[in-house]
Amino acid sequence: MTGDHQTLALLLFSAFVAVTLGITTWASRRRHDSADEFYTGGRLFSPMENGFAISGDYLSAASFLGISGLIALNGYDGMLYSVGFLVAWLVVLFLVAELVRNCGRFTLADVVAARMGERRVRTAVGASSVTVSVLYLVAQMVGAGSLVALLLGGTSDAARSWTVVGVGALMVVYVALGGMRATTWIQIVKAVLLLAGALALTALVLLRFHGDFGELLTTAAERSGHGRDFLAPGLGYGDDWTARTDFISLGLALVLGTAGLPHILVRFSTVPTARAARRSVVWSIGLIGGFYLMTIVLGFGAAAIVGSDAVRASNAAGNTAVPLLALELGGGAGSTGGTVLFAVVAAVAFATILAVVAGITLASSASVAHDLYASFARRRDGDAGGGRYGGTDADAGADGGGGAGRRRYGDVAVARVAAVAVGGVAIGLGLLAQDLNVAFLVGLAFAVAASANLPVLLYSLFWRRFTTRGAVWSVYGGLIPAVLLVALSPVVSGGPGALLPGVDFHVFPLQNPGLVSIPLGFLAGWLGTVTSPEPPDEAKHAETEVRALTGAGAA
Amino acid sequence: MDNWEGRDAAATRRGDPWYDALASGWGEPADETAPDGTEAATADGQAAVAAAHTAVGAAQGAAVTVTPPPAGAAIAAAAGHGTVPGTAVPRPSRTGADGELRPSAAEIYLEVRRSPAFQEVRRRYRRFVGPATVLFLTWYLGYVVAATTAPGLMARPVVGAVNVAMLACLGQFLTTFVLTWAYARHARVHRDRAALELRWDTQQMTREAGVDR
Repeated sequence: MTGDHQTLALLLFSAFVAVTLGITTWASRRRHDSADEFYTGGRLFSPMENGFAISGDYLSAASFLGISGLIALNGYDGMLYSVGFLVAWLVVLFLVAELVRNCGRFTLADVVAARMGERRVRTAVGASSVTVSVLYLVAQMVGAGSLVALLLGGTSDAARSWTVVGVGALMVVYVALGGMRATTWIQIVKAVLLLAGALALTALVLLRFHGDFGELLTTAAERSGHGRDFLAPGLGYGDDWTARTDFISLGLALVLGTAGLPHILVRFSTVPTARAARRSVVWSIGLIGGFYLMTIVLGFGAAAIVGSDAVRASNAAGNTAVPLLALELGGGAGSTGGTVLFAVVAAVAFATILAVVAGITLASSASVAHDLYASFARRRDGDAGGGRYGGTDADAGADGGGGAGRRRYGDVAVARVAAVAVGGVAIGLGLLAQDLNVAFLVGLAFAVAASANLPVLLYSLFWRRFTTRGAVWSVYGGLIPAVLLVALSPVVSGGPGALLPGVDFHVFPLQNPGLVSIPLGFLAGWLGTVTSPEPPDEAKHAETEVRALTGAGAA
Repeated sequence: MDNWEGRDAAATRRGDPWYDALASGWGEPADETAPDGTEAATADGQAAVAAAHTAVGAAQGAAVTVTPPPAGAAIAAAAGHGTVPGTAVPRPSRTGADGELRPSAAEIYLEVRRSPAFQEVRRRYRRFVGPATVLFLTWYLGYVVAATTAPGLMARPVVGAVNVAMLACLGQFLTTFVLTWAYARHARVHRDRAALELRWDTQQMTREAGVDR
């Protein structure tokens, strides 16, 4: 690692930060300070813009560096991840995107509350959404710290800590000042950079092998040290049945979790109609699918050109596979081309983390302000004069006092405070967890989303007999088992790589709880519904159904 | 029931009509005085709601052609305190400023759902999405299970360096793209126009009834 890389990478990254801060300033100047504006950017994005933004929100550094690295080390097994991440979008497209756009306002809780109209439901869904976001956020923050250490050679703890703090502070600025409009444009810029970078590297890899993908695979298999096994599943998770079941569990969580991710669901409220929501998902499936195909080429390219052993020597998890590949493709260490390519990859990876973190922060501040705070404030007030919950434009004025002597604050003001608070929590947890192995957190976030958010969402949209008790039960019946099973799993205790290596209280063998907790979430929702004393509300269901499929009265 | 839900939904505000319409308390005892002369309509009301029931019950797949009851019956349906077992009490209609009886949002949505046009849109959506979802989830889970439990099968070479596993993975990508295209096309050709018309009709009805804005 030489000084040139670092200087250039830092320059490029600073340019990105400058551009994004410019976007934020521009977006905040054109603000009207309404809740709609803050959460949805005025619902005026085109399907293509939103499609790019969805891709930007979804493709984390884990996708870019992690999956390629896994392929470079374990060959075929890394590809299984990308398939799960992509197929999940069919669930979003078929069952969620259009209906949520038609029924929802900002958050997932809006969709469920529209069907149920109960404060308890809003609180439950808000709580599970915040849980998912925080898990995901901590994984990203710790990833940012490690990435700096890896790419800039600044292995000192101080450098890593300052990175976590810096990323956190930046994202708070983006979200609190710029709201959804700035966040969306940051995602778009990031998605373009990421896709362009991946495309350039992929083209260089294929050129190296004269466009012969077969030759690339053969060379990769030779240089991996595994031979033909490298191109077949089985290297990554070993041979025992626990590991195999674990992988199936993860696969289930990946494919069902995406449709329950809060920061993906809020993206559907940024377009004007359900049709636009559908078209943005079509765009994003094209972009995300193309990107994952490129990561496959990059992963095998790294194995073939750099060699699996060299990748492993640099980083045991394989996260440096793509940067090393870039260095080689540019002409090797010390060459100008290599330096430039390496710096570009490093800067793109930073930009990726920053944008994803901003997207999640926005979604979780929306959940905190719009779902949790609104229902608690309402409980305090007893009677509020405005709307269902302080989510109306009239309420959301920046007067901060709420008129008529009520101690209520505008939705937007609360959301800004919530963004700062979420940022603070994420920075704190990121600093605490930076020496821990938090790779499982992303899988866990997906598992919680699939166990707690997806059942309640699907039941609300499709099940005629669904009741309030069913909604509350399905959220907690998915959330609590998922978190509890992880606490009792090998990732927390009982092994050298666990969070608490000293103790052993693990009773649940799997690292990912999805296989158990997802069915439990669905089951709890069913059980709560069939045992509830209240009758299902026929009229509300009719209203939800008609609105979901036609868009009548959509915000 | 929270008392904040009990506010009068007729109050016009700049907020979202969805929440205005919902801000009324469903399932609360009807405390508004029903207009005179509507007591007799209770039986009609039961019939209308029961019709809705059978329509919903039979709507699993087959198209139901329930002719909507005459507007008068539907409007008067909820005016009394007629309850059907298993359903909440619909909110009574309000009397407009001109003394004319107007349907509540709930009645409008129930009526729209009963309409053949809506049943058709819903049937088209479900007919595509149901089988397609089952298909891709089965295919994906089969793929993951095969990759983890049958490495021998997956490692079988097909052409050169390409083996069954590689083909299956690329097949997953391909089916995802194809299904995306098929869904988008199906929605555009078979649903969009009808849904848009229903949207305008519904909004027209809610506007006339004064439950909107």
